[in-house]
Amino acid sequence: MTSTSIVRLAQRATPARRNRRDWRGWAFVAPFMLVFLAMIIAPVVYAIGLSLFREQLFGGTVFVGLNNYLAVFQDAKFWQALGRVTLFLVVQVPIMLALSLTAALALDSARLHGAAFFRIAIFLPYAVPGVVAALIWGFIYGDQFGLTAGINDLLGAHVLEPFSAQAILGSIGNIVTWEFMGYNMLIFYAALRVVPSDIYEAAEIDGAGAMRTVFSIKIPALRGAIVIATIFSIIGSFQLFNEPNLLKILSPNVITSYFTPNMYAYNLSFAGQQFNYAATVAIVMGVITAVIAYVVQLRGSRQESI
Amino acid sequence: MKITSRTVSLSRRIAAIVVASALIGTALAGCASTSSGTPAGSTDVAAALKKGGTITYWSWTPSAEAQVAAFEKAYPKVHVKLVNAGTNTTEYTKLQNAIKAGSGAPDVAQVEYYAIPQFALSKSLVDLTAYGFDSLKSAYTPGPWSSVNVGGGLYGLPQDSGPMALFYNKTVFDKYGLTVPTTWDEYIADAKKLHAANPEAYITSDSGDSGFTTSMIWQAGGRPFTSNGSKVSINLQDEGSKKWASTWNELVDNKLLSPVPGWSDDWFKSLGNGNVASLITGAWMPGVLESSVKDGSGQWRVAPTPTYDGKPANSENGGGGQVVLKQSKNPALAAGFLKWLNNSPGSIKVFLASGGFPSTTSELNSEAFLADAPDYFGGQKINEVLVQGAKDVSTGWSYLPYQVYANSIYGDTVGQSYVSAGDLNAGLSAWQKSLADYGNQQGFTVTTK
Repeated sequence: MTSTSIVRLAQRATPARRNRRDWRGWAFVAPFMLVFLAMIIAPVVYAIGLSLFREQLFGGTVFVGLNNYLAVFQDAKFWQALGRVTLFLVVQVPIMLALSLTAALALDSARLHGAAFFRIAIFLPYAVPGVVAALIWGFIYGDQFGLTAGINDLLGAHVLEPFSAQAILGSIGNIVTWEFMGYNMLIFYAALRVVPSDIYEAAEIDGAGAMRTVFSIKIPALRGAIVIATIFSIIGSFQLFNEPNLLKILSPNVITSYFTPNMYAYNLSFAGQQFNYAATVAIVMGVITAVIAYVVQLRGSRQESI
Repeated sequence: MKITSRTVSLSRRIAAIVVASALIGTALAGCASTSSGTPAGSTDVAAALKKGGTITYWSWTPSAEAQVAAFEKAYPKVHVKLVNAGTNTTEYTKLQNAIKAGSGAPDVAQVEYYAIPQFALSKSLVDLTAYGFDSLKSAYTPGPWSSVNVGGGLYGLPQDSGPMALFYNKTVFDKYGLTVPTTWDEYIADAKKLHAANPEAYITSDSGDSGFTTSMIWQAGGRPFTSNGSKVSINLQDEGSKKWASTWNELVDNKLLSPVPGWSDDWFKSLGNGNVASLITGAWMPGVLESSVKDGSGQWRVAPTPTYDGKPANSENGGGGQVVLKQSKNPALAAGFLKWLNNSPGSIKVFLASGGFPSTTSELNSEAFLADAPDYFGGQKINEVLVQGAKDVSTGWSYLPYQVYANSIYGDTVGQSYVSAGDLNAGLSAWQKSLADYGNQQGFTVTTK
């Protein structure tokens, strides 16, 4: 989106000198373009190339055209993985964003003692590397000796089983919420800080209470930030990898090798040497993510313009 | 989650680098093939060791550092770069990538027995018969020796071995009046008795482990995997496989197995506090117990693996050796290091000191080794039991030429039978189907029964 608007701006600015092509601008963007081509475009093109072949342990490499794509569309494991992260997305993202929003509004209300402390405390989990976070929670979830075992002992029964097939998605959701709530809160909080104070003054003069201010001023002002946070969260959910991959050690059967699309692609290539098929899965997943993120953005900006 | 996008694009980038270096690698190989002749004979090895040079060695064994130091002392002209490239599958992934790339692989690498066929069949390893190493056969016990021989070639020298044994916590067994089982029926009876007396305690922990499953099938007489070049045959419902699955179903279906996954913190604690009363595992376990389960000191004992009919029968669990990679620019020197590493008394002494269980017959039968009576095991001469176990290992077992992949999808298939307390035979059939599909996709001709 931003790049197209830049192009439009550029088109608007140039008509006066249309005949003389000036390449000097490219010299300024060249360092960026070089890195962009080498690190973003080239790997994507390479992955697309990979996805058109099949390499076998016996029989070498053959060109298979779009066969890998046809295989992905008929692959029950892939769709099961996609279904799982979609379920995760539908449940976890609203909960996380609602918590983040509440926290941001509370911090912004100026009625909280120690707001600076809470702001950093809620954000802190985001600074913990995802791998470390999953390990910490792995200990907490341990139902033999972890915190969970302590709670179970207290209750006198095996009530909590974070690694059971029924609970595992919730357990992962809990970790992800803990990790990213502060990050999203910061996005919302930053957006709230730029609301001009005269609007609040006008609301106060009009006799609006605190809740009225929240629903009539603050949340509408946050719409753009909410769209951005939602898109980030959708991408994050579809790319779910670290948390399940690390918890797999503690729950090897419940978390399968195709638990999420990214884990599936990873295990296809690194355990099965099926690089071509893994590239296909990655591309299909990338396209699905891009389409959904784009739809959300379109919807979000349309509502904004109304 | 943020890291993931980086990981995926990183892997694409790595793949790009891999291809680039593969092209360079083939170009170099093209130059090299004209100049170097066929390596022949043990004289090459002696000459290479004399001349010296630098080689790289990938290993995660605790004894590697001390062994390399001792080697460099004995052969001052040779420099060995020791790299810990990760434990088992992590290392195999890196090794596989380097092989695919055509460069970057070490000269010598540690590879477990189950993974050797995979690397041997993809023609990535040097056949050591060229250096006359096949004459070392009598130095090793039959199980490990057959594991480094694949399709008529010798692709490594054995280091450790893991004949299975029953490790049990005597304190727990005495407390609940359990008899040390000699048959699996007795073992199951003990399991029921123990769990009934103490719902927190289990006879053993097993939440599904591919290495354990294949060892148990091996012990039951099953030979589910056979291969000859690109022809692979899989039958995970042969008599031995069914025998094990039906027996183990008793434990799985009655929830008599501790659900704590192996090698987790919880698992080590359960071994120390008596909640897991026994383990059926390889002979390398004493070193692990002594270093990681200090609470169990004085309580554990070793007994022969229980059998189906009471007659001795055993199999191997884990263990591995070292291989020479075809990419090595100095294979004769690498072979020289390998021979010293796994066939010289000086090196094996260092290995034994680190708590390893050897595969060489002279060490296994030495008076000092057999007389060892560690306090951890209450002064029991455990090596007498373990060495007898090595002698009872049945022959003719082989792993799949893609066993590393097979193990990676074990949890998706057999593991599901553990989760649902269902029939292990169904899980084994699902595993077989996935393995056959994969094999056929990879260009093997897979036949199943």
